[in-house]
Amino acid sequence: MSRLRLLLNRLVTHLMDRMFGDWQADRVVPPTGQTVWLTVFAAATMAYLAVFAMALALATGRLAATWEADLAQAVTIRITAPDAQADAQVAAVLTLLGTTEGVETARALDADDQKALLAPWLGTDLPLDRLPLPRLVEVVQDGDLDVEGLRLRLVAEVPGAVLDDHGRWREPLVRAAGGLRTLGWSALALIAATLAAVVTLAAQSALSANAQIIRVLRLIGAQDAYVARAFTRRFTLRAAAGAAFGTVAGLVTIAFLPEAETAGGFLTGLGYRGVGWLMPVLIPFFAGLMAFFATRRAAFRALVRFE
Amino acid sequence: MAGAQAPERNGDHFVIELQGAGYSYDGTGLLSDLTTAFAPGSFQFLTGPSGAGKSTLLKLCYGELKPTKGAVLLDGRDSRQVGRDGLARLRRRIGVVHQDCQFVDHLTVRDNVALPLTVAGRDPAAEATNLDQLLGWVGLANRANATPPQLSGGERQRAALARAIIMDPDVIIADEPTGNIDWEMSQRLLALLAELNKLGKTILVATHDLALIRAAKPLVAARVLRLAGGTLTTAGAEL
Ligand SMILES: Nc1ncnc2c1ncn2[C@@H]1O[C@H](COP(=O)(O)OP(=O)(O)O)[C@@H](O)[C@H]1O
Ligand SMILES: [Mg+2]
Repeated sequence: MSRLRLLLNRLVTHLMDRMFGDWQADRVVPPTGQTVWLTVFAAATMAYLAVFAMALALATGRLAATWEADLAQAVTIRITAPDAQADAQVAAVLTLLGTTEGVETARALDADDQKALLAPWLGTDLPLDRLPLPRLVEVVQDGDLDVEGLRLRLVAEVPGAVLDDHGRWREPLVRAAGGLRTLGWSALALIAATLAAVVTLAAQSALSANAQIIRVLRLIGAQDAYVARAFTRRFTLRAAAGAAFGTVAGLVTIAFLPEAETAGGFLTGLGYRGVGWLMPVLIPFFAGLMAFFATRRAAFRALVRFE
Repeated sequence: MAGAQAPERNGDHFVIELQGAGYSYDGTGLLSDLTTAFAPGSFQFLTGPSGAGKSTLLKLCYGELKPTKGAVLLDGRDSRQVGRDGLARLRRRIGVVHQDCQFVDHLTVRDNVALPLTVAGRDPAAEATNLDQLLGWVGLANRANATPPQLSGGERQRAALARAIIMDPDVIIADEPTGNIDWEMSQRLLALLAELNKLGKTILVATHDLALIRAAKPLVAARVLRLAGGTLTTAGAEL
């Protein structure tokens, strides 16, 4: 057990060394004040924004998925017929649905159900029997239902029945939610690109400030990777630390946002749900990774220019 | 010293060879058609008036510059064909004392001298004894913890020499090593270089100081190359 831990320890140390260079390499290049704060601040700000962009992407994704599911399920058959024929037509529809593939359950709404449905609009003391209301059959489908096929069969076999997939009105909303989700992810990509650009600038400035030391290192036999590591280690840690701070700040802000769910259930709120809370934890790691590659690229490019 | 660990060593026969090598900074040819070889274990002086291109020629010899004409072979390899990493590895076998002796100013003299080990991925702590001996040999034992800006001109030259030989290189190149130090100190430096030559190292010293070359005569059998008008000639007898 302890040997395993020792081995693991060594492996991690080795990996860290390969990625970030030893402390010695870090000491060779003196830290430059301005770029430290530029990197930390940019990483914190970008992470803060990323928390919201990610929340937007996740929430709208959730919304689109729920609405899409509703959409798939919301099929109702409306039967408009004189009272005498209504029961027979409802029975005919139910029989037809019984032999239709993709229908999980079909249920005719009775007078009480209909009353409940109309209550929000017309009040409870409704003389329902005096209104010429259509009869409704609610269909729960399992996804395989061929809606257009069913519509044609109904026209042919039950003249008074109309298939009403009324959930369709939500279709543009689903598309809008999908658009918002894309917007969220694009914002994340832009944030990442901005961070990479800022880190690149900061790294370039640090590289120029240390051009003299880099020249010395090269002349005594340092390979590019060694010189680059002295910088990547520093910028990776700075970006990760700044991003961790920004992420925490962003999450705290989101936690204190008013819950939108209570306002009619139309929006599901901009917050994170369940395991979604774990997603922002990735932001500091990603920021570190971003900074690592940005710095490395800047370093290798600068090194070729210096010599 | 630390030579046993040096990687990919091609025997102890590191040769620097110029084959019709020329160099020009901006089209106005500075060096033209130089052909010579610096044999392993030899001691060479490179002299000539200021601005003749001595420093430029040395830079060709350790790959800081690539010839614009002809070729420079470092250990048999065309310097233009060697990649950046390959060049870095070659430089671990060529110790250079630069004209302006650049150091990493915020590190101690000891860390600066150990830096070639560090960048080559070796642990200076494991070679502390070597390091101390070397610092003692160049007379900087008591200045080990100073920083380079605190050193005198002569001390800087000797620190640069120590850094140039910590990797136990095959070749030592020094550009005006006695440029701005007093006569006594330059004699000491010369003696150190002669001692290194006796250990089998190839030494290449650029200097415009003919007195220094004369002072070396009793110490080593040196070849004197004179660079003027862009070409090399062997000098000697007239000195
Ligand atoms: N980086 C450079 N760019 C342009 N010209 C240079 C450069 N370095 C040196 N020179 C010119 O090349 C000539 C030779 O310089 P150098 O090799 O330093 O001569 P030396 O060491 O013999 O005094 C000088 O005229 C100098 O001005
Ligand atoms: Mg010179």
